[in-house]
Amino acid sequence: MKLILSEQQLSITIRRLASQVLENNDSFSNTVIIGLQPRGIYVSDRLVNEIKKQLPGVAVQYGKLDITFYRDDIRKELHIANQTDIPFSLEGKKIVLVDDVLYTGRTIRAALDAILAFGRPENVELCVLIDRRFSRQFPIQPDYTGKAIDSIISQKVKVFWKEKDGKDEVALLE
Amino acid sequence: MSLSTKHLLGIRDLKKEDISLILQTAEQFKEVLQRPVKKVPSLRDIVVVNLFFENSTRTRISFELAEKRLSADTVNFTASSSSVSKGETLLDTVNNILSMKVDMVVMRHSASGAPHFLANHIPAAIINAGDGINEHPTQGLLDALSIKEKTGSLEGRKVAIIGDIMHSRVAQSNIYLLKKMGAEVTVCGPPTLIPKYISQALGVNVSYHLRETLEWCDVANVLRIQLERQNQVLFSSLREYSLAYGINRQMLDSLHKEIVIMHPGPINRGVELDSDVADSKQSIILQQVENGVAVRMAVLYLLANRNN
Repeated sequence: MKLILSEQQLSITIRRLASQVLENNDSFSNTVIIGLQPRGIYVSDRLVNEIKKQLPGVAVQYGKLDITFYRDDIRKELHIANQTDIPFSLEGKKIVLVDDVLYTGRTIRAALDAILAFGRPENVELCVLIDRRFSRQFPIQPDYTGKAIDSIISQKVKVFWKEKDGKDEVALLE
Repeated sequence: MSLSTKHLLGIRDLKKEDISLILQTAEQFKEVLQRPVKKVPSLRDIVVVNLFFENSTRTRISFELAEKRLSADTVNFTASSSSVSKGETLLDTVNNILSMKVDMVVMRHSASGAPHFLANHIPAAIINAGDGINEHPTQGLLDALSIKEKTGSLEGRKVAIIGDIMHSRVAQSNIYLLKKMGAEVTVCGPPTLIPKYISQALGVNVSYHLRETLEWCDVANVLRIQLERQNQVLFSSLREYSLAYGINRQMLDSLHKEIVIMHPGPINRGVELDSDVADSKQSIILQQVENGVAVRMAVLYLLANRNN
């Protein structure tokens, strides 16, 4: 197991991601954050907290999206859905999609499909904590990257969260 | 995680975990139905045939909508306008349809056990949409979802099923499901419409007194008198039935608590339920119909890849 981000590095990275998102969406009046279920939520929860800290008094619109029903592999494998909670229209909004690890790009492909069910957004940006470079199966790239790593197929990136796993850490498993 | 069965023939064959999984998935589909675009691509390329050998409006439309919301391709079949009237057997009809590459079959039939027979003979996933006086599993599931939504949980809930228990597949599916999920069930109706030994066989309480039953329960699921399935006289008249077992406003108001009223439809107004009960805010009859689509989406979704 190789450490990619320690607890301290992880919190610095989230803070930087929040600043970068704010740089491009300074007033945040028309921007929404959408976290991807299940594990992207941990990143988006913290990102939203950090944005609120840096932009006090501004209501940040925040939704959670589950893409299970948009997957392209129903005949191969059944997946159980998590909750989607987007209590506002995405018509004309600037969306920042948030996930923990970007790998093949298939999840994001499905998420782009799913988003259209909530309205036609002005634009969509992608924010990921870890980008596994050179392993994409779709032409999808992040706009905000916590950390880019090189890895091979047999390796796994595991993100641990205090709320769920007892510690904050990102590691590469062989 | 996935269902333990390849077909949905009845609630009797399901495990408690299967029921929980279906209800949990149905809740996610309820959210899908609130979106501006209420359609997901999950079952793209899956072909579903709806075989209705018996009349139905609610169930057929509900299944059809569920299939369309999931992007499945659908084919409809009604017995009256098909080769069945020329003497074709059930197995031949279905085999012919299946040779056109169909993945799932939703079937309603007046013979109890017809979907079980099909399941033994053909490779597609079968969903029972009501078979004779046996089961109507998706109705049981949508009733459970409605009770859960309205009252919080099924565990320990007191549910009364009132009316023609003998001829009701809805009653049977409800009883199996509620007992598996830890609810208490009382069936109530005239002695001629309640099967003997039902209490020993299915573990339900039996009552012949409407008022007593309503005082006891949290939820009353009121059934229709199925005149089309009764081939002998089991009570003297609908009017007399209504006097003894019909629920009216005055009776509800005289109870010591507010109970939830359910009905699987179609309602015979003025017989089992008065209009001012059926249309009151205690009644969740229309929510049941709404939940029907979500539950059927969940069942179709969870069974779609089980037969490969």
